[in-house]
Amino acid sequence: MSDTIRAELFKLRKRPTAWVLLATAVVLSQIFGYLIPYLSYRTGDAQTVGGNVPRGDVLASTLPDQLVINSIGGFPVFAGALALVLGALMFGGEYGWGTVKTLLTQRPGRISVLSGQLVALGAALFVGVAVLFALSAASSLGIALAENQAADWPTVTDLAAGFGAGWLVLAMWASLGAVLGVTLRSVALPIGLGVVWVLGIENLVSAMAGSVLTALRPLRDVLPGVNAGSLVGAVMPDRVIDPPPGVTSSVAEPRALLTLLCYLVVCAAVAAWTSHRRDVV
Amino acid sequence: MTAPRPAGTVADPVAQADTVVQVRGLTKRYNERITAVDGVSMSVRRGEIYGFLGPNGAGKTTTLRMLLGLVAPTGGTVSVLGRPPGDPAALARIGSLVEGPGFYPYLSGNDNLRVVARYAGVPASRIGEALLSVDLADRARDTFATYSLGMKQRLGVAAALLKDPELVILDEPTNGLDPAGMRDMRRLVRSLGASGRTVLLSSHLLGEVQQICDRVGVIDRGRMLAESTVDQLRGGTELIVAATPPDVARAQLESMHEVESVRPYDGALRVRADDRHTALINRTLVSAGVAVTELRRDERQLEDVFLAMTDHEPDRQEVDDV
Ligand SMILES: Nc1ncnc2c1ncn2[C@@H]1O[C@H](COP(=O)(O)OP(=O)(O)OP(=O)(O)O)[C@@H](O)[C@H]1O
Ligand SMILES: [Mg+2]
Repeated sequence: MSDTIRAELFKLRKRPTAWVLLATAVVLSQIFGYLIPYLSYRTGDAQTVGGNVPRGDVLASTLPDQLVINSIGGFPVFAGALALVLGALMFGGEYGWGTVKTLLTQRPGRISVLSGQLVALGAALFVGVAVLFALSAASSLGIALAENQAADWPTVTDLAAGFGAGWLVLAMWASLGAVLGVTLRSVALPIGLGVVWVLGIENLVSAMAGSVLTALRPLRDVLPGVNAGSLVGAVMPDRVIDPPPGVTSSVAEPRALLTLLCYLVVCAAVAAWTSHRRDVV
Repeated sequence: MTAPRPAGTVADPVAQADTVVQVRGLTKRYNERITAVDGVSMSVRRGEIYGFLGPNGAGKTTTLRMLLGLVAPTGGTVSVLGRPPGDPAALARIGSLVEGPGFYPYLSGNDNLRVVARYAGVPASRIGEALLSVDLADRARDTFATYSLGMKQRLGVAAALLKDPELVILDEPTNGLDPAGMRDMRRLVRSLGASGRTVLLSSHLLGEVQQICDRVGVIDRGRMLAESTVDQLRGGTELIVAATPPDVARAQLESMHEVESVRPYDGALRVRADDRHTALINRTLVSAGVAVTELRRDERQLEDVFLAMTDHEPDRQEVDDV
């Protein structure tokens, strides 16, 4: 399987769209995590920003001790959608190009090929999360130095928990993209459905369950995005300002963790089962 | 099921020793209406170039997919290199190109082969040689998306050769190639055969098959119509005789016991007789006062045989002007 993983990582490394997705995630996280807050801190002269947030808090939200939330705060929704796109591209694309038959006629069996691809996807997400953490750390350190603020880093435990939760959230979304790509044998439809789901349906159900239709809560509490947001909400250390959209506390941490793991395992199993028994035509 | 033998029958081990592909009663039913392959039996022997012939939709590609484990048979038995289809140990020794090349458009030709080599578990050092053998080395750095149809096809063949395979399965390998490319492909296939490899090649280009294949299997509408050497399939050759007056010529020829049959064809006569009687036939006609204006051997082309075999009433109503 290691040959398969290396080949898949090579493919990803050479694939421009994979880099576009990473660049998008980086730009989004930098703009919303650092650039906008820092600019509004620098340019505002009132004591509060955006009406009611104290200026000092806005600056504090960009400092190193907020690294975890600034790195993974966007994962439940925005980076999650990008991860889903990556999964769909990686698995659905093979069908459009007819490369499935090329891979399956070399040597490894179908399960071995699919496992190798999933592992490579997980490894790529690991690298992506590491890049986001590293760049966030660099920006927060830069702001701390520029503003003569203390650079208090999160504890190793908090960092590890945040990193792990962030990776799991992206892996869960990516595996949903992957299973849609495999079962629908295409790229466009999975991406369309996935984005409508992540950005539309999740929000709609959460909003309705939170207000008018409390009967929807059991449904809301099994949604992938809600559980992802709950896990991220649970692992971030004390925060200074409101977290980004999608981060919630609807589901308790152990349950959120378990739900995400279930999604991951079920997606992998369905993808494996489908690709194992289907004719490649 | 129309399989001549029940599924699971093991072919006798003596025959298997130099039989690379052994297929018995292979059937693939996609749904109620479509039976793509219907009780096909065939055997490909070690070291031969086997041509798999059939018109569009005959079931060639489906059969080859089943040999590679891409499609699961509905019935029948398949053994490839002594193993079930799709078995990793067998796949490692099979190079294949089925129904067009499948590559990553964003990778160069070279990088595509790197991916394939990794999957196949062969060293990347084989890539250069494979590219050279299909004459693509100078474009190997360009992305696959920029390749012409023929270049894509060549890359597909290069990928099939990466493993230095014992068995090469090529589904219409000359698809999209120009005349020079076709000639090169024929040479390549011949050289594969000459180096002891077994080649299973599907085609509907009969001239091509006639030139390079040792044996052929003819399939039509999912059924195997014949399996034999090209020569056996073509039968003997005929002598074309143009002579005046034709009726005298015909009578003379029919009276000769060396001549098996005479039939008029396109203003001349087609005479079935052994090669060595050509001179005698000429002499007989001339001495009977017949002016012989043309006398030549005509090999019955595989195409004629093929068309005769696969021409069926419901589909085709062409009138032959024989
Ligand atoms: N996935 C599929 N689903 C349904 N029917 C199929 C499928 N694949 C092939 N067929 C049918 O099976 C039959 C044989 O197709 P196949 O591709 O094997 O023909 P072929 O001999 O390779 O033809 P060609 O010379 O055109 O390539 C055709 O009638 C085709 O429509
Ligand atoms: Mg075909």
